[in-house]
Amino acid sequence: MSGILAVLEQREGQLHKMSLEALAAAQKLGSELREPVYAALLGAGAETAAQAVSQFQLAAVHILSHDLLAAYTPDGYVLALRQLIAAHSPTYVLLPHTYQVRDFAPRLATSLDRVLVSDVVGHRVENGKVVLVRQLFQGKIASDVHFNGEGPYFASVQAGAFRADSLAAGTAKIEAVSVVLEAAQIRTKPQERFRESARAIDLTAAPIIVSVGRGIREEDNIHIVQELADALGGELAASRPICDNGWLPMERQVGSSGQTVAPKMYLAVGISGAIQHLVGMKGSKVIVAINKDPEAPIFEVADYGIVGDLFQVVPALIEELKKQN
Amino acid sequence: MKIVVAIKQVPARDSLLKVNAEASWIEDSDLSFEINEPDAYALEAGLQLKEKEGGEVIVLCAGPDRATQTIREALAKGADRALHLEVDEAAAGDPLVLSRLLAKALEAEQPDLVLTGLQSDDLGYGQTGVILAELLGLPHATLIMNIETEGAGIRVRRELEDGWFQNVDMPLPALLTIQSGATRLRYATLMGIKKAKTKEIKLLTADELGGLAAPSITVSRLYVPPKTKQSRIFDDSPKEAAAKLVEKLRFEARVI
Repeated sequence: MSGILAVLEQREGQLHKMSLEALAAAQKLGSELREPVYAALLGAGAETAAQAVSQFQLAAVHILSHDLLAAYTPDGYVLALRQLIAAHSPTYVLLPHTYQVRDFAPRLATSLDRVLVSDVVGHRVENGKVVLVRQLFQGKIASDVHFNGEGPYFASVQAGAFRADSLAAGTAKIEAVSVVLEAAQIRTKPQERFRESARAIDLTAAPIIVSVGRGIREEDNIHIVQELADALGGELAASRPICDNGWLPMERQVGSSGQTVAPKMYLAVGISGAIQHLVGMKGSKVIVAINKDPEAPIFEVADYGIVGDLFQVVPALIEELKKQN
Repeated sequence: MKIVVAIKQVPARDSLLKVNAEASWIEDSDLSFEINEPDAYALEAGLQLKEKEGGEVIVLCAGPDRATQTIREALAKGADRALHLEVDEAAAGDPLVLSRLLAKALEAEQPDLVLTGLQSDDLGYGQTGVILAELLGLPHATLIMNIETEGAGIRVRRELEDGWFQNVDMPLPALLTIQSGATRLRYATLMGIKKAKTKEIKLLTADELGGLAAPSITVSRLYVPPKTKQSRIFDDSPKEAAAKLVEKLRFEARVI
């Protein structure tokens, strides 16, 4: 058993934006543990994506080809990856923590009697042993986790935890891996992907975004945050729970299931800062947070913050902005 | 349709959390607890399916004694009966260890459909449903927004990333993890609360279900995440804090 295997995600030849971060994690771990690093790609377009991946320093890029892998299914991916793992016996299997990985990776690990350490935000090596860091309680608490027993050890890495721009360049060979699959083994039948409706609001174009979260408590209170957005000339956005409640339309949602934004200023009002929200906005140039809980994770990423009751702070801010204009 | 909904009790969302002296878990003696939010949506999906298709909704919950309150609330909303696997928090560090027990409990029930929330708000592994599907040999789909029966099977709507969705057809029995926000949650009625008092809660122990296996991962330490970013935090009166913030945004960050 040896080597680090990075299972990457691609669609129609296009790598998922988190794929190269998972590859960077694999390279880092590989150099720390002195283990060779491999990448694997599946599905229609894997050959094209493999060309891009082969430009990094890797022992090999494996392509798992089969007609039954063209469209993603958890059954197909689990069966195919088990065959790759059986053939190569990697010590570590790293994956990007995408929706698709969340769908199949726990099943893959369980089928091999292992546990996936999901949503990893960091790691360190202590006496040759890998300690993974992951968040609990929506990012309020961190934890150190290590594996017991034999590999393969499975881990999925959260967006932004590793830097794709740190990848070492190289020339990797591309190897086609044959996979044995039968149609009857794939029990779910995915239909075409679709979008509900065209987005009327493109938050990614807004230079200033004022975003509202659970702290607002009631739909009738949303207007005070809208007034703050107006005073700043910004767009109004929200964390998932606000859109779930129907208080603002889904197209105003920022986070892993909504839009990813990087405005000049992002002002978060009553948002605690769960990782699912942070991944959608932490690239913003300046982050401002208003929250009553000084321990809220949003303050971890904030450049400026006010600890206080938003129902007092927001009106005071609006007044201050108006006064100076 | 026989539906089992796996739910979990977690600390209430606005809890101020402190790590305990051993750094092994949080101080939970003074906290209040509630149903894990995605699980509330899974329960709602189960109750709506039962209303449409007939059948039974059984709640399955692993947790200490205090979880009884959350189970009663689920029964008050309309679940027919419950299975309470009494285990303490220590068993939950490894999602596979706990899932093996839950799978044993599910095998005895032979449901047509198993529903659970997509992840827990405490440990946040987001895996229990998918692990259960593998242990039970069931097909699964995650992040489900809608369930329709279609012949002998179901058609479900999965949420993908960046605003995309996908319908997936699958046979029954199956396991689904439910995304929050898919529908409105109901409140328990007074009649429901009254009825819940007489509904069955069957207690199960780990030993009855094969015992706790050796964990393959260990959570060695909990801590407050270290601060990595220099931030200017104002905690004066709202008026003063607002004035200072606007001053900084104007003349230091120069973003307004």
